[in-house]
Amino acid sequence: MRKQALLTLSGVSKRYGTVQANQAIDLEVKSGSIHAILGENGAGKSTLMKLIYGVEHPDDGSIAWNGAPVQLSRPSDAQALGIGMVFQHFSLFETLSVVQNVSLMVPGRPAEIATKIGDLGRKFGLVVDPDAMVHTLSVGERQRVEIIRCLLLNPKLLILDEPTSVLPPQSVKLLFETLRKLQAEGTAILFISHKLEEIRALCDEATVLRDGKVTGRVDPRAHSARDLAQMMIGRDMPHLAVSNSAQPGEVRLRLHNLSHPRATQFGTTLTDVNLDLRAGQVIGIAGISGNGQQELAALISGELRARKPEMVQIMGQAVGRRGPMHRRALGFTFVPEERLGRGAVPEMSLADNSLLTAHGQGMLRGGFIKRRVEQSFTRRCMEDFDVRTSGPDAEAGALSGGNLQKFILGREIMLAPDVMLVSQPTWGVDIGAATAIRRRLIEMRDNGAAILVISEELEELFEICDILHVLHEGRLSTGLPAADTTAEEVGAYMIGARL
Amino acid sequence: MSAVEFLLAGTLAAALPLLLAALGEMVVEKTGLLNLGLEGMMAVGAAIAFICVYHTGAHVLGFMAAAIVSAILAMVFAFLVILVKANQVAAGLAIGVLGLGLSALFGKTYESLTISGLPEYGLPLLSHIPLIGPTLLTQDIVVWLAVIGTIALWYVLNKTKLGLIITAVGENAEAARAIGYPVAVIRCAAVAFGGTMCGLAGAYASTVYTPLWADGMIAGRGWIALALVVFGTWQTGRVAFGALLFGILSLGELTAQAIGVAIPSQVLSSLPYLVTILMLVVISRHQFRASKRL
Repeated sequence: MRKQALLTLSGVSKRYGTVQANQAIDLEVKSGSIHAILGENGAGKSTLMKLIYGVEHPDDGSIAWNGAPVQLSRPSDAQALGIGMVFQHFSLFETLSVVQNVSLMVPGRPAEIATKIGDLGRKFGLVVDPDAMVHTLSVGERQRVEIIRCLLLNPKLLILDEPTSVLPPQSVKLLFETLRKLQAEGTAILFISHKLEEIRALCDEATVLRDGKVTGRVDPRAHSARDLAQMMIGRDMPHLAVSNSAQPGEVRLRLHNLSHPRATQFGTTLTDVNLDLRAGQVIGIAGISGNGQQELAALISGELRARKPEMVQIMGQAVGRRGPMHRRALGFTFVPEERLGRGAVPEMSLADNSLLTAHGQGMLRGGFIKRRVEQSFTRRCMEDFDVRTSGPDAEAGALSGGNLQKFILGREIMLAPDVMLVSQPTWGVDIGAATAIRRRLIEMRDNGAAILVISEELEELFEICDILHVLHEGRLSTGLPAADTTAEEVGAYMIGARL
Repeated sequence: MSAVEFLLAGTLAAALPLLLAALGEMVVEKTGLLNLGLEGMMAVGAAIAFICVYHTGAHVLGFMAAAIVSAILAMVFAFLVILVKANQVAAGLAIGVLGLGLSALFGKTYESLTISGLPEYGLPLLSHIPLIGPTLLTQDIVVWLAVIGTIALWYVLNKTKLGLIITAVGENAEAARAIGYPVAVIRCAAVAFGGTMCGLAGAYASTVYTPLWADGMIAGRGWIALALVVFGTWQTGRVAFGALLFGILSLGELTAQAIGVAIPSQVLSSLPYLVTILMLVVISRHQFRASKRL
């Protein structure tokens, strides 16, 4: 029996400036199926979803709903057809309650809506307090609110954009159960992801994108993760062999009973964080964003001053009250999670961006910039770290995420740091570049550097770290040797089930 | 008339221009914009209203004309900021300066001319209460309408879906757009509302409160209204309270002069502005402490 095609895209193309984000995409989504859109960052998944949801408009091609061509000029057009979307970075309003958030999309009186939220929650395992303010909810709960908000409009097609990227492993299981129940009710689901195992576990159809083009249409259950990866990145999945036999050396970074009150209502208070990072060691800090990662990174880098000097010690010196320059002079470097605006100045050339942290490498004489040194440093960084762009004079903002990250990381590594803090090293970076970055970090460790990595990607942490800590609600767990722990154990810490 | 009676009788009227302009700006800021052109929009409204009333004698026409012209000026701001995506601080200041200039231009030939104000009405029964009856509870029609309007605005912002939408747009415009709200249209409407309110505020100042035309008669009230929005933490009730407080302060100056307190009048007339600065300091200190305590 052939299921009816609910949504059909034929030859859909979309171009942004010189970038062909989507090229002649054909896609067919059937009622009651969970259809995966698989692709790396930058493969055009998000653009495609925006076209379907009416946020963007295709340059070419047509979209049909139940066989009839439709014109989607704005999101409300898509909603009217029965298309619901759960965004990767949620479209919720933090200062409003759950009911208020839902009532912005769903007609009805608040009391009725609260009842509906409760009913739906019980039916699909989406439990959430209707009167809670959104800013008090965990990421998983926020996602539930967003899904509930879509479901109350009785969608025939539900789009989820990278829904698992922000969830701990336990919540992913719950989400999958919910999605299967929805599928059983006849709802079609478009599931966007770059995580192969999840897609194989959940989806019955998959469309693979690479560089804006469809490179495969398969039943993911019938293919191995390796096959899917090959379709996704066009070559074999790169491998990273890691082993650390060396004994760690002296303590390079010590956090001693580090407590810090939150700065705003939406910040996180850090409580008694203790950590010893030694030479020749990579320590990873896992946890869901918003549990104090930003505060911790700012306190270590010196952007925030700790309340007492001894709370942060670098190379044996109490530097808690010192600024970033002082800490860098001791041999510390820092790669922040925001590439544009903090890691690099978008409007400045790469060469000038080098100057920002590498000015101590002979780039200055009497306050004047020695352009030749600046240029050669930048050129060396670009060669060593495979930064693909026109040259040292290219604007930082014009580089792709992966290339810019390689540049920033390269710049900091070239300073030969004794201690390094890297925040979200491979966010939005394609698999090839991510592997290269991880390999570099391992190399540095083998050369005796001490590295602290803050990341949301558990797999990445397991790949490169010797010891894992988990940050949950501003408290840091004890160190778990990466070789002896499991994703489930770390996940339990991430949601506060273990302390 | 004692000083107390004088204050009771005059506070609401003195506060009214501040109240209207601040409430208008509050709605604008709730949608996530900041229009710094209050002073200019009030000044244009004041000039247009005065000219209208001078020639026709009808206050209704004066208020309507002022509302329309100030709203048009506000739409210039909306066009610059929402459509052309200009910097809103620069655009707001430009609108303010433009408004002041237009006001001086229109009002040039009317300098020092006077018109008649509006009669005052006592509330039935209540106006027989001693002391407050003939003073606080006897006001002109615009004051009574403004009281009703303030309550209505509170209701709309806090109890209706429209209020929810305005808050949502201001908090996260990206999300509001994603779930299908026409953010630009909502913001345009808010800016137009803000302009209208400034026009009415200016009209009241020039045709009722002091029915006499003098260039620069708004005298910084637009800036005070702007500070009031922050002072009132974007809540209707608190903004209204702040406006009353400044109404009393501005009268206190006159009272003190009448009683003959030996303070230079310049000090007294700078009082509302000094208090504005003081309040902003106190508020931000309070927020700073609150964040340290957490």
